Order: sequence, then C-alpha cells, then structure tokens
Amino acid sequence: MARIAGIDLPKQKKAFIGLTYIYGIGRITAMNILEKANVNPEKKISDLTEEEVAEIRAVMTADYKVEGALRSEVQQNIKRLMDIGAYRGLRHRRGLPVRGQRTRTNSRTRKGKRRTVAGKKKAPGKK
Amino acid sequence: MPRSIKKGPFIDYKLLLKIRKLNEQNKKTIVKTWSRASTISPEFVGHTIAVHNGMKMIPVYVSENMVGHKLGEFSPTRIFRGHPGTKAEKASKVK
Repeated sequence: MARIAGIDLPKQKKAFIGLTYIYGIGRITAMNILEKANVNPEKKISDLTEEEVAEIRAVMTADYKVEGALRSEVQQNIKRLMDIGAYRGLRHRRGLPVRGQRTRTNSRTRKGKRRTVAGKKKAPGKK
Repeated sequence: MPRSIKKGPFIDYKLLLKIRKLNEQNKKTIVKTWSRASTISPEFVGHTIAVHNGMKMIPVYVSENMVGHKLGEFSPTRIFRGHPGTKAEKASKVK
C-alpha cells in the first residue's frame, strides 16, 4: 500500500493512473512525476518498491502543490477577488457563473438545484 | 484569448498622464475616467478613480491587490433588485 500526500493510492491500478487520485494531479502531471522519479508508469501501484514510492514522494514535495495546500491556494485566490470587490468576486459571492455564461437557463452547476419561483401567472387562455 | 504580451498591458494614456502628474505633485484628487478597459498599473495604487458604469461614476479606491485587473471590474454595470414577483427581496442592494 502506497501512501502519498495523505492519500491511499489504489493498488490494483497502474502508477500513472493511481497518482491521479491525488487532488491536483492529472495524467500529464502524473507522467512527468514518474519520469522525474525514474519509475515505470505502467507498473502497478502494488508492485512499487519502497524506494520508488519514496522517490515519487520526494519529487512531489519538491515541485508540486497538491491536496490541502492547493485547495487553500484556490480558496485564497477566490477570497482575494471577493475582497477587492471585482466583478468576478461579486459573482463568486452570489454563487453565479463567473465567466460570463448565460444565466437565463442552465448554469445549474453554480446555482444548484432548481428552486421554482411561484407566482408567475400564465397567459390567460381563451374560453 | 488574452492580449499579446508584445504589446504590453492596455492603459489609457491620458489617464496614465493624469495619475503621473498627481504622483509628482503628491496629490490625491479623484480622477474621472470612462476607460473601463484600462488595466490598473502599479502607479495607480492609493488613488481614487471614478470609473463610469454607463450611468454614473463609481469611485474606486485602488489597492495593491487590484493591480493587473481592469478598472471596469470594479464598477458594476447592472443592479440586481430581485426577480419580479418575489416579495421577499425588496430592492436588495448589490454587494
């Protein structure tokens, strides 16, 4: 069982896929890390030796910001936008899309579940 | 797509001149501008700039964090006063 950056890596997966379970590491980054650490990316996580794991850990702590540190950095960036009162910050405060998307429909990811607003009268139908 | 680095940031030339003049004289008067697209340069820090939002001038006090943003980002052009028909929000203010 390899434990890197406070995350247990799935042991049945190949190394470069396993690393992507860490927040902040995608496939490209995983490949770069393994290359720097001189580990075969196709090797299963369970087959990695202690030294290899240690090597990966060393490379990551040296060059990559992952998990908690990365999350807090993202939060700080958002907070900065909110504090200076920039338009993007206002959008973050209201929980609306930040990059100019339409909000008449869609943007459910930001706005969350639909809340139906009552009271909109339908056009009167003919008798 | 971002602006080409070759050109450097866009800063309204006249506005920059006015700010430079103020910096020379060590004065802090409000400068009016319509140039919302202008990038905030480090020289602007500490000044108050009144940025037009299409209706009126919004005074923006430039702090260090704002450098690199555009002036228009700090002068909202729309006011959301709640949806028609919802009673709960009566003339809620933006911010």
